Amino acid sequence: MIRFDQVSVTYPGASAPTLREVDLHLPEGELCLVIGLTGAGKSTLLGAVNGLVPHFTGGLLSGRVTVDGRDTRTHPPRELADLVGVVGQDPLAGFVTDTVEEELAYGMEQLALPAAVMRKRVEETLDLLGLAELRHCALRELSGGQQQRTAIGAVLTCHPRVLVLDEPTSALDPTAAEEVLAAVTRLVHDLGVTVLLAEHRLERVLQYADRLLWLPGDGTLVSGPPATVIASASLAPPVVELGRLAGWDPLPLSVRDARRHAVELRQRLGDGVAEAPCAPDEVALRARSIVVRFGDVIAVRDVDLDLHPREVCALMGRNGSGKSSLLWAVQGSGRRNSGTVDVGGRDPGVVSATAARALVGLVPQTPADLLYLETVADELAQADRESICPPGSAGTLLDRLVPHVDRGLHPRDLSEGQRLALVLAVQLVAGPAVLLLDEPTRGLDYGAKARLAVVLRELAQEGRAVVVSTHDVEFVAVACDRVVVLADGEVVADGPTREVVLASPIFAPQVAKVLAPLSVLTVAEVATALSVAAPI
Amino acid sequence: MTRRRPSAPLPRALHPIAWWIWALGLATVASRTTNPLLLAVLLAVVGYVVVARRGDAPWARSFSTYLLLGLVVIGIRVVFNALLGAGDDGRVLFVLPQLDLPAWAAGIELGGPVTAEDLLAALYEGLRLAVLLCCVGAANTLANPRRALRSLPPALYELGVAVVVALTVAPQLVESVQRVRRARRLRGAPGKGLRAVKAIAVPVLEDALARSLQLAASMDSRGYGRSAHVPLGLRRATSTLVICGLVGICLGLYGLLDGTAPRLLGSVGMTLGLALSVAGLYIGGRRVRRTSYRPDPWLRPEWLVAGSGVASAAIMVWVGSYDPLLLHPSLAPLSWPDLPLLGLVPVLLGLVPALVAPRPRRTVPRPRPVRPAPMVADRPEVLV
Repeated sequence: MIRFDQVSVTYPGASAPTLREVDLHLPEGELCLVIGLTGAGKSTLLGAVNGLVPHFTGGLLSGRVTVDGRDTRTHPPRELADLVGVVGQDPLAGFVTDTVEEELAYGMEQLALPAAVMRKRVEETLDLLGLAELRHCALRELSGGQQQRTAIGAVLTCHPRVLVLDEPTSALDPTAAEEVLAAVTRLVHDLGVTVLLAEHRLERVLQYADRLLWLPGDGTLVSGPPATVIASASLAPPVVELGRLAGWDPLPLSVRDARRHAVELRQRLGDGVAEAPCAPDEVALRARSIVVRFGDVIAVRDVDLDLHPREVCALMGRNGSGKSSLLWAVQGSGRRNSGTVDVGGRDPGVVSATAARALVGLVPQTPADLLYLETVADELAQADRESICPPGSAGTLLDRLVPHVDRGLHPRDLSEGQRLALVLAVQLVAGPAVLLLDEPTRGLDYGAKARLAVVLRELAQEGRAVVVSTHDVEFVAVACDRVVVLADGEVVADGPTREVVLASPIFAPQVAKVLAPLSVLTVAEVATALSVAAPI
Repeated sequence: MTRRRPSAPLPRALHPIAWWIWALGLATVASRTTNPLLLAVLLAVVGYVVVARRGDAPWARSFSTYLLLGLVVIGIRVVFNALLGAGDDGRVLFVLPQLDLPAWAAGIELGGPVTAEDLLAALYEGLRLAVLLCCVGAANTLANPRRALRSLPPALYELGVAVVVALTVAPQLVESVQRVRRARRLRGAPGKGLRAVKAIAVPVLEDALARSLQLAASMDSRGYGRSAHVPLGLRRATSTLVICGLVGICLGLYGLLDGTAPRLLGSVGMTLGLALSVAGLYIGGRRVRRTSYRPDPWLRPEWLVAGSGVASAAIMVWVGSYDPLLLHPSLAPLSWPDLPLLGLVPVLLGLVPALVAPRPRRTVPRPRPVRPAPMVADRPEVLV
């Protein structure tokens, strides 16, 4: 179906090719998962399938890419539209029309299909993806999962034989992500569509893959059955890490596989897992009766929240449950209709912006919003001036977070993780006692997430209270001491990570699912417990 | 066997072009008279049709904005006339303090006596402009602007897409500005001043640029601009024809409007230009291989609505030439305006759509997304 012959891609100005002499043949009806660290060439590989690389992005492609016999050299993306459907990370950015039904029809109009065929296919697709009730809805008003399903539907109506999905679930909460992935697997099984899927959160998709394509980062590509490839890959979901640790063969790809192996491991572990430390009594931030409303919509409903120093707290909940609104209200820059916040006797919502910043620091969901200068060095210098700190303070902080960031780069050219670190440094310079991060894990690969967990732990140990809003259960299990769950603007659960996370099948991390009823959350905990138990 | 005809047409959207023809017809009617009674009746007719046939989409709630705009227009017209009006004869209502202007501004009077005739004339003129505005507003309220763009000739499709994309990007830009302004406070800087402009503009523009690139990539991969079946020569011929045609129309317009230009330039240029453009659009339209999903049909109601607009305009023009005084009430001497029955005919003809146009389809109320409740127990429970 898809064939790469000796394909190399080099972008202008790059010292090394992003893909180097890649040979690949994908048969029809496979679900192929593309994995790799940020910048390893996942998007390049996916873009090459329908000719967006290099027709749209620029760069030099040598070798030959053919899809169903059509060469991308002679067929630009628009001539492959009837064969390859492409869905990006942000569905809203790719919508051309404004209602669900018209969006589904757009591609078919371009292909000049007869009106009767279009009517039929739109109805079929609405049913296939469960969008029938939403047909007249404005695209902007849909939830993230609904938007992503619409985007998939919009390319499906052209009956493509290949579907290319570039991180389709990275912006979605776990439930919405399941919704989208269920739709995708159904397409593979029912329609025999070949799917090429890139994803950072392997724990969500690895079990569905028929084939794994690993980009180690040096331009080469390793392709093969998932269990074989994942054994050598440098990045792996917790369930695979657990399998490696326990020496299981073949490596488990899903929780179900792992549970079959785990009987013996559970016995070895006994119940030798340390208890969580009890919550500290000091309070760094005391919020009372916070209410945030936008017109008729009540985003945060009478929430009380205490944050303790030396504690990393996770704020969880589905999209639209009020996480961001709460963080912004507590910081003082966002809307707060009523309620009080007390940080060392002062309310960040009442004092000036500069003073609020020294009390509570917030890293917003799109960190780039805070950056507007040409180089990293300029941004750091500006941050020092803003906080009246000696020159170089922000730079020292940045080096601590991520060493060796080139000061001459434009902030836009940094990787996601580096940009997050830069904004974190800019906010930390003001010396806030409370640090809030709004969805910092979005778009980070495993390595960057592990580093972020370490950094947050260090920042907390220096006496700060840290809050992270996130959908990523695995990150929470590793990085956070406490979890607060919001639903519909209210706190529905608040307690130590272990308790909250184990109480719910949705929030439980993979290791906990494998080893239940033991209360173990991470691979690291298993390793510690085993090293204790080993001498016996 | 006899077919039973349905008592009322099924709810559907009327073709946007029909609404525009009707509205422009009524706008012509409004432009032909200064009679306040006729204008008031016309406004009532337009308002009634809007209320009777508008949908529940966002743009359908904009008619009140046009009414408000109309009031502002009348206000501006009257105030300026009172300030600058030079009417010395007539019934003086009050006298404004007069400003002495330097010699180079001779002929302009600021302030001075304000006469009833002057004010009334300004009021009538303002009312005419306001009603005209409301007619255009009615078309905007009744017809989906995006669907109207879809009715463009196929050769102008690209232009339509550009407008649609602009319509989508505008609200996103506003959102982006709000987000960045809010984020700006996080760095302890106010959202005002020259510095802030740069700090806000840079991230917003970067964002907009990134978004447009994504949109362009998406449109490209979804088949926008497929032209494999059109030879290059034909494509070039089309654009040459259209450009030459437009130049011809410009020359022709110049010839028609400028009295000193040779008469031939006007008529020949205009005819030639129009012919070339139409030919270009026709050939260009043939090359476009694209179909339309659920195109708006043009049926009897469309003919009747558009026809009523054309008829209204035609009758009004005829009435105007038959007896000009009928449509323009006398100001000197001041008198209460009559309601001319002959002038009322075209105005009332504007009511036809309220009778013949199908009701718009109600879009289904947006269902709340149904999701399972969070499975969080209030006491720790181990999952098996």
